[in-house]
Amino acid sequence: MDLFEYQARDLFESHGVPVLGGAVAFTPDEAEKAAASMGGRVVVKAQVKVGGRGKAGGVKLAESAADAREKAQAILGMDIKGHIVHKVMIAQAAPIESEYYLAILLDRANRNFLVMASVAGGMEIEEVAHTSPEKLARVGIDANAGISPELALDIVRKGQFPADVEGQVADVLLKLWAAFVAEDATLMEINPLVKTSDGKVVALDGKVTLDDSAAFRHPGHEALVDHAATNPLEALAKEKDLNYVKLDGQVGIIGNGAGLVMSTLDVVAYAGEKYKVKPANFLDIGGGASAEVMANGLSIILGDPDVRSVFVNVFGGITACDAVANGIVQALSILGDKATKPIVVRLDGNNVIEGRRILNEANHPLIQQLDTMDGAAARAAELAAK
Amino acid sequence: MAIFINENTKVIVQGMTGSEGTKHTRRMLASGTKIVGGVTPGKGGQSVEIDGTTLPVYNTVAEAISATGANASVVFVPPKFAKAAVIDAIDAAIPLVVVITEGIPVHDTAAFFAYSQTKGTTRIVGPNCPGLISPGKSNIGIIPADITGPGRIGLVSKSGTLTYQMMYELRDFGFSTAVGIGGDPIIGTTHIDCLRAFQDDPDTDAIVMIGEIGGDAEERAAAFIGEYVTKPVVGYVAGFTAPEGKTMGHAGAIVSGSSGTAQAKKDALEAVGVKVGKTPSETAALMRAILNG
Repeated sequence: MDLFEYQARDLFESHGVPVLGGAVAFTPDEAEKAAASMGGRVVVKAQVKVGGRGKAGGVKLAESAADAREKAQAILGMDIKGHIVHKVMIAQAAPIESEYYLAILLDRANRNFLVMASVAGGMEIEEVAHTSPEKLARVGIDANAGISPELALDIVRKGQFPADVEGQVADVLLKLWAAFVAEDATLMEINPLVKTSDGKVVALDGKVTLDDSAAFRHPGHEALVDHAATNPLEALAKEKDLNYVKLDGQVGIIGNGAGLVMSTLDVVAYAGEKYKVKPANFLDIGGGASAEVMANGLSIILGDPDVRSVFVNVFGGITACDAVANGIVQALSILGDKATKPIVVRLDGNNVIEGRRILNEANHPLIQQLDTMDGAAARAAELAAK
Repeated sequence: MAIFINENTKVIVQGMTGSEGTKHTRRMLASGTKIVGGVTPGKGGQSVEIDGTTLPVYNTVAEAISATGANASVVFVPPKFAKAAVIDAIDAAIPLVVVITEGIPVHDTAAFFAYSQTKGTTRIVGPNCPGLISPGKSNIGIIPADITGPGRIGLVSKSGTLTYQMMYELRDFGFSTAVGIGGDPIIGTTHIDCLRAFQDDPDTDAIVMIGEIGGDAEERAAAFIGEYVTKPVVGYVAGFTAPEGKTMGHAGAIVSGSSGTAQAKKDALEAVGVKVGKTPSETAALMRAILNG
């Protein structure tokens, strides 16, 4: 889960990472109140989970509370690269002397964590890495050893920070590491980390990604979920414990196993080129595939107004195809008249003969069976074109 | 021969007394795997009866090894307790741990992987994987044993069901070993580890490599193939149509910005001469053509 900037700010603050005052506002009224309570100049910042908001006009300096209200009015509702702004952060303004970069992230390739630190902040770190790699420290962190004060200072020196802030930046790094571990984060980035004119080092903007798999030990993380941005079908699927992602095509997809479902999307997309149709969703029903799971899955897909045909692609591994076939038949009887779109089924693997027999005997007008994945994808695409 | 496991592999099941553990212990036994016991902390001294086989339960992996001579472990422990289970196995210096559990926090995986590197005595396969099978010899995990039999193809895959699909497509040839390495962001055994082992295995003639979006493991595997692998390799990559920034089922399957795309992986593989199929069936056909000369 990616956090909004204001959520990242609050999380940093709770772990002692130095930040400036900041508050979230959903309306111009709230923006004005927040600015008034902070006093002085503030920055009104669009809260969207996409880069480039400054260039798009989503970040504005306000001289007063009344001005903050006006700026919030202008920013709320903006469309930044397809993301509608529903909230702004009112941030205390500060005179900035220097901008730095500091981040901790999961390093998949080296299977550990990685600290990146640079005296050159405020721009995309990829750019720093490209133009002045000598200014970017990249140091792998052993998950069990963590970051010692000595290592922190060493990293800061490698990142070419000036001597007068070395101590402060090293301290920020130690606190950020503690936060990174305590919150089960996979990314904590401060860009820019700034030195203000009074010589203090503070985090001005932050990006945080939390590990969804660790949610069981962070009951507080649930409150950080952006329910407003969740597609209603995705929300419904989540309630039913289904692994579903809404896409923008016309062929509904159900399969078992993440890899097979991803592969099914691709095969449908190839077959669909001819008919100008694409996959409508990703839905992995997992190993179980009971009648109930199948009914839940089918009902979500058939409830998607964009869907014109459905492709059920199952390879029976642990799950036997006869169980899947029974699931489909029972699902259709549960759904009754609500099921109106053609369903192409491809079963293979464990107990496939019995599975196919069950579907043949059910003789349901919506069901068509094909023997191969490629053939079934082509048929589903063809049906969606009509 | 085969890679990582063979007919002499003696397996203990961590979490055998749980419902998934019991179910899959039964399946592994039925497919001929030498299961010698289980580990559940606090239940040491008990035993479990599965289809006429009595399996002793131990409190720790070390106890299980000294009593049974086990040299591999398979983990069916829930995510919350998985780290402790894997650490227990590493502490006992067991040569192989196969972690089936899905949904382990990545900080936990990073911690037990780093620990295994420090100790240097345990290979981890997974987590979030179906395990591995050398048909007719040993089957550790949840891969169905009856899809195909022994043969001379090696298979390495991030995905469980695509592993089964590919084994099925090439069932008339059979496999030396099929390894499901798992779909998590951090995994203990990589494509490269398996490619190296298959290249060195005299009983493997050709290799199928299945990848998916996310990270750059396939790109690094491609570079490795270029410098080390002389046996024919065919590849398949899933997720060409996955949108950016969305996790597609597997925790590690996510395209971030322009990195981790299926196209980049396919290009990297093709650049070193690996034939990459557009669909699983096409990939199987490429392998078939190679094996039929």
